[in-house]
Amino acid sequence: MSALTALARVSAVSSGVAQRIATVRHVHLSDRPLVFIPLALAGEANAPLAALVGSSFDSPQLLVVLQPRNRDERFAFAARLAAVFLSYVDSFRGETETVPAGRNTDPRERYVDAPQILVPNGGGVGFVRLLGRSTRFRRTEGEYAVEPSVPLLGRWLTFFAERAEYPGSSLLLNMTGALGMHWATGQSAVEDANLAALVGWIDPPDGMTGADAALEAEDPLTWPPAGPATDPTFDNEILAPAIEAGSLSRLESALRRQLEPTWELMWRGVSLLRNLPPGARVERRWAEDRDAFTGYASYVDEGGYPQARRDGAVAAAQRLARLERAQVLYDAQRAYDDPLILAEYRLTGEAFAGTVTASAPDRIDDSGKRRVLRPRVTVSSSDPVRFEPGVSVVSPARPSQTGRVVSVSPLPSGFEVVLELSGGMGRGLTAPPGSVPEVGERLTYTTLTESYQAPAAFPAREETPWTHGGPPVEYVPDDDDAVEEWS
Amino acid sequence: MSSVLPAVLSDLTSGSHRGVVVDSPPGAGKSTLVVNATAAMVSNGHLPLMIVAQTNEQVDDLIVRLVAALPAGVGVGRLSAQGYVAPSRIASHAQVTVGSKVADLGPVLIVIGTAAKWATLSEGTWPWAIVDEAYQMRSDMLLRIANRFDRALFVGDPGQLDPFSVVESERWTGLTWDPMQSAVAVLLRHNPDLPVHRLPVSWRLPCSAAPVVSQAFYPFSGFTSGTGEGDRRLGLSGAGAGGPLDAAVEMAADTGWALYELPARHTLRTDAEAAEACASLARRVLERGAVAYSEQARDGAPVTASRIAIGAAHRDQVAAIRSYLGDLDITVDTANRLQGREYDVTIVLHPLSGRRDATAFHLESGRLCVLTSRHRHACIVVARAGIPDLLDAHPSTEPVHLNVPVKFPDGWEANQAVMAHLDGHRVALS
Repeated sequence: MSALTALARVSAVSSGVAQRIATVRHVHLSDRPLVFIPLALAGEANAPLAALVGSSFDSPQLLVVLQPRNRDERFAFAARLAAVFLSYVDSFRGETETVPAGRNTDPRERYVDAPQILVPNGGGVGFVRLLGRSTRFRRTEGEYAVEPSVPLLGRWLTFFAERAEYPGSSLLLNMTGALGMHWATGQSAVEDANLAALVGWIDPPDGMTGADAALEAEDPLTWPPAGPATDPTFDNEILAPAIEAGSLSRLESALRRQLEPTWELMWRGVSLLRNLPPGARVERRWAEDRDAFTGYASYVDEGGYPQARRDGAVAAAQRLARLERAQVLYDAQRAYDDPLILAEYRLTGEAFAGTVTASAPDRIDDSGKRRVLRPRVTVSSSDPVRFEPGVSVVSPARPSQTGRVVSVSPLPSGFEVVLELSGGMGRGLTAPPGSVPEVGERLTYTTLTESYQAPAAFPAREETPWTHGGPPVEYVPDDDDAVEEWS
Repeated sequence: MSSVLPAVLSDLTSGSHRGVVVDSPPGAGKSTLVVNATAAMVSNGHLPLMIVAQTNEQVDDLIVRLVAALPAGVGVGRLSAQGYVAPSRIASHAQVTVGSKVADLGPVLIVIGTAAKWATLSEGTWPWAIVDEAYQMRSDMLLRIANRFDRALFVGDPGQLDPFSVVESERWTGLTWDPMQSAVAVLLRHNPDLPVHRLPVSWRLPCSAAPVVSQAFYPFSGFTSGTGEGDRRLGLSGAGAGGPLDAAVEMAADTGWALYELPARHTLRTDAEAAEACASLARRVLERGAVAYSEQARDGAPVTASRIAIGAAHRDQVAAIRSYLGDLDITVDTANRLQGREYDVTIVLHPLSGRRDATAFHLESGRLCVLTSRHRHACIVVARAGIPDLLDAHPSTEPVHLNVPVKFPDGWEANQAVMAHLDGHRVALS
């Protein structure tokens, strides 16, 4: 926990209400998200018990499994979920836009919007991942055949679950995670994973403090758990007898009562997030999500294989490289969008803020082969500047311009930093007005960068070296794909 | 070490193994082994040879030592990123050519570069390779460079920090090629028959430290100190003013260890009192005119600022400590960056000092191992009281995963072992 978040938590305790730790919203929020609240049966590995699902507050659809231990019913549940889920996903496959050619890419089409799944918590994401895993390899003919929509659902669920690992993606969000990025409460991180308690802190009912609301949220009768795990007392006293009796109507009304409070919380969470202004770079990250969605939709259309059970050596290394790159970019983008997040970096010495005290906008560097424009500015800062000369820094106010630290010298209070600027000033030898910071301007400079980095090169799959087990055998789809080692 | 090198080379060149691993405890002569192995391979004609190190600094250090050890006329090619400016210690050698492409290096038979640079090559094969600091390299980096060589010698310290990632993902846990694992871990899981040699003697750690570090961090392989009782001595030429700082410095000079214990308190990571204590202790070592007597300097060498280092777990702690040092040119750095370096006296801000919890990061055995094994003479640990209690309250709770080999040493146990030893060297602030 960073110092600012710790401070926000302390002031949440003293003021009785959650404190904002972000000035803007860092996740994309769809106009028509699909809220999905799954429940699983205790004691079984990810056995679906019920789900409340829908893309508008007024029309939740309740799906219930009469006997969760019966595997046929489990896949019948998946088929009913697929009907809702796939038609929601398909509804975004309409209008496209053309993305012009990039540095290493051809022009391509991309859907103008994409589906967004909202689950209550991290466990919900895990449910999506495991349900995807248990359905995407199922056969649609022969023994134990399932509806054709079931394996297709499995592939889409897997797509969303894998995308949720990707830093900065908003295709599958968990509500406690999304709210926790923007508010700090006066309770522990474990308690924050309870959606009712978290929303209670952020938006306590009239006359109550956040702590009161969170305390009330601990009563599972008023606020049943947000799933996938259910309340053990409910399991014993209500669920077990209802399953035993085999009465669908009894089961439905019991499960609806368990799910509806969470349904309400989810939409309260949506409106809390909607009230925050979006960060400037959220739209850019959502465009990447739309790219991923478009790409996967056409891969499915072309008859591609379901996602592999596990990554091969090369695929794992490539995925890790992509995730790391995305993480660095996401950290930088959030800091650029949000002064409060940038302040955290000032505290850890990865950024400093100061006022320009001198500026030489027309300075030319003629030491190389070619004369180049390299203005210098002097910034005086009261932050403890911990940069060495030679380090490159960028100001979020001028993201296309890089400053190289020339010198750092101590002042009576604070430091004086001389920066040599390049980029963002056109191609000529005179800087256009406004392109070089002027005396008196207040700026923050940070080492966080969103600049382009060439993707790392990896050997081809069939050239996997001996140190990593050599080339893997070619994948051939097989009846045993769906078999788990322990099943 | 002379006994290990021939066995290593004969395993490597016998043709029955594609790789050989040499585990080296702190200061056991790993770099010397790499240099001597290179010299032997040159004289036996096992060329061309590629050498992989992890950072530019390591590459440059290695080149300096190689040039001194190799016969004149044996050229060394330094593969570097564009924009790399060779430091004068490299540029002054006519034997060394620097280039960003292999073609620019001319007809050299030894090419050396960082792993990251080697990974940018998409063609070319070297029959022989030496990978230095292989435990610091992540296995995905090895994947990117392994097609460049036929046979390789992997050298590294298994007790140091595992490589890390800015992302957290469990999806590869249990896979034999988990990219988050170290290069050697993955190499040995796929090639369990590869010979593994060990360097048995630490030349850096004094005899006061080798048994402690060996028992805590190398419980099964073990090593001894190359120097005996009385070979190393830290003298204090200046008088002290009394008080806890002096007591700690004197304790460290006498016994090789000191625990400077601040009153128990939960603090922010950048605990101002602890940071100030680290800086004050370093300053006091200088003020007391410490002199290091050792096999290298029998008549004593003054412990100057450049021979003292302060280590901490986090970068903001490093910055906080530095802010108390003023103009003093003492190295202050994180465990990651102190790996492979050596000083006469080190001062360590204990990773668990002032914490309310003991996370996996703070318990990682490699972190404490690096911090407590950089010194030739003495190590002073600065900590808030109560770490053993904190450890007792936070037993290891990391989940056990299927198909993941159990890793030794256990961080929790190693921390306990070190604290148990330090308990006898305590200087408590009342």
